[in-house]
Amino acid sequence: MKLSDVKDILKADIISGEEKLDIEVTGGAASDLMSDLLKRPKEGALLLTGLTSIQAVNTSVIAGMSAIVFVRGKRPDKAIISHAKKHKIPILSTPFNMYTSCGRLYAKGLKSITWLP
Amino acid sequence: MSDIIKEFNIKAGDFDHAGEGSMEIRTILKSQGFDTDIVQRVAICAYEAEMNVVMHGGDGRMSMTIDDTGIALEVSDDGPGIDDINLALTEGYTTADEEVQQMGFGAGMGLPNILKNSDHFDIVSQKGRGVCLTMCFWIKEGA
Repeated sequence: MKLSDVKDILKADIISGEEKLDIEVTGGAASDLMSDLLKRPKEGALLLTGLTSIQAVNTSVIAGMSAIVFVRGKRPDKAIISHAKKHKIPILSTPFNMYTSCGRLYAKGLKSITWLP
Repeated sequence: MSDIIKEFNIKAGDFDHAGEGSMEIRTILKSQGFDTDIVQRVAICAYEAEMNVVMHGGDGRMSMTIDDTGIALEVSDDGPGIDDINLALTEGYTTADEEVQQMGFGAGMGLPNILKNSDHFDIVSQKGRGVCLTMCFWIKEGA
């Protein structure tokens, strides 16, 4: 699935990284707990989170994830946006909550990046 | 003979810059042509170890060494140390405060994640005398 499809499915705003809407996301991962996401590498995955701290950006870089969607209409502050730009991680914001966001993407074929716990 | 590729300091409590060293390590490994799996596993371990120092440690330091057999990370700090290492290795056990937990860490998963993602892991600590972690990642034949 392309990031532009994610944007449409989640009725999301793109906050930064508009030029990367063309990239493929390989699967999804959702958590507010960064250490949950760091259990295994998640190359190319989309990150859905309600955590708008700088560590959400760092975690996506470290685990090899391709983009971040902030759920529940959350928007990160300027420092975090420029940090994401620096690391070339596109960020979106959706009005849907975490549960609904995951459900909408899953129903359209974006599966979990890993079946492992 | 081994080459020390990277060394940097970690400042306790500096959450704004936590993770920068680990991201640099990831960039270096990628530019050296290592495969994605090992790059990501090293980066994850470096990041969890770095966050541990920022959260719990006194100041600390990280070094990465690369030779023909693999990649080694060593992270040490001058923090309060770990009283019971077996307990600290238990998933879910934490002594982190609420501030840290609001940042998505401190859920007692750092050391277990390091254990999972490294090929060899060693931890030495004594209460009041800091912590020293060694993590090794073997380079596979043909990788």
